Amino acid sequence: MVEFMLPANSKISEGKSFPAPTGATQIKKFKIYRFDPDSGENPRWDTFEVDLDTCGPMVLDALIKIKNEMDSTLAFRRSCREGVCGSCAFNIGDSVGGTNTLACTKPIKEIKGDITISPLPHLPVIKDLVPDLSVPYAQYTSIKPWLQADTPPPPGERLQSPDEREELDGLWECILCFSCQTSCPSYWWNGDRYLGAAILLQAYRWIADSRDEATDKRLDDLDDPFRLFRCHTIMNCTATCPKGLNPGKAIAEIKTALIKRR
Amino acid sequence: MASGNRPLSPHLQVYRPQLTSLLSILHRITGVGLWAGALMMTYWLSSATYGPEAFERAQGILGSWFGRLVLLGLTAALYYHLANGIRHLAWDIGWGFEMDNLQISGWAVVVFTGVMTLLTFLAGYWVAGAI
Repeated sequence: MVEFMLPANSKISEGKSFPAPTGATQIKKFKIYRFDPDSGENPRWDTFEVDLDTCGPMVLDALIKIKNEMDSTLAFRRSCREGVCGSCAFNIGDSVGGTNTLACTKPIKEIKGDITISPLPHLPVIKDLVPDLSVPYAQYTSIKPWLQADTPPPPGERLQSPDEREELDGLWECILCFSCQTSCPSYWWNGDRYLGAAILLQAYRWIADSRDEATDKRLDDLDDPFRLFRCHTIMNCTATCPKGLNPGKAIAEIKTALIKRR
Repeated sequence: MASGNRPLSPHLQVYRPQLTSLLSILHRITGVGLWAGALMMTYWLSSATYGPEAFERAQGILGSWFGRLVLLGLTAALYYHLANGIRHLAWDIGWGFEMDNLQISGWAVVVFTGVMTLLTFLAGYWVAGAI
């Protein structure tokens, strides 16, 4: 449902300030969304002054530095720190606003002025920058993201021509960070029924796979005013994908495939 | 740990407005605007069937500075919705999804709207003998 304002328990107040150590010369302010589930209080914006002279180049480096040196209670997900695990996706930006991207591949230098970091948009927050991703994961399960084939596998493996394999380029690279999924206003308002950009890109990844034999069944499942057709080609998904993929185009390919098989 | 009272993370409050999303919402807004504009045009046309006084009154309302301002908005809405509608048709056949093409087609629609609105109004004033 369309609700432009945040509910009462989600309104964000100004929080604490953590000043830079004395003698720091290159100070960058990080405004970070905080929510403590045990406090019973509303979320707040905490401000951390980070000394960039002693900090790595990426936004994730700053988050880790803050957790190590300034406030160990800061909670966020991270793992590989090189853009392949998809854990550290946040909304990152400046005072005008942010877009969803991976903290580990986003250089601090690319952001002028104070940096704002909040959890992926329009999700329930578990703690600080950690959102509850249960719904997107359940949606991922619903598209059966595995190879389905009735033909018994040949000895060795199921082969593809180079052209058939090429069909999967731009799809297999998705790391399920859900940056695109949560960049989409249509998903914000209808996330309970619309599958969203990341899940539909994954759905198309199996539709496009020459080895998969369940294409018709997959298209049947997607042919729905909400699951697929809540995509209105807003294209925030493609604009924000930290891996440079094109979920909007993948969704269009599904729509085209539905028309072509009629 | 309570999980029932989890706050909702900020969305519109923090998400950067950008060409992709702004043009999309503008398509919807102009769509609704054109519906209202169609009513206005119907009023103008049907006023003529009610006789010269009714038509004069309609002319007076639409010709006032406020009426002209609304007509200007309506003209822009029409050109925008038309051009962006064609952009949607291109997407429907799978064209123009690359990010640089989205930027080009988006700005093209904006420029087209501005230029055509201006030309239409200039033509209107020229026909009316005002310039």
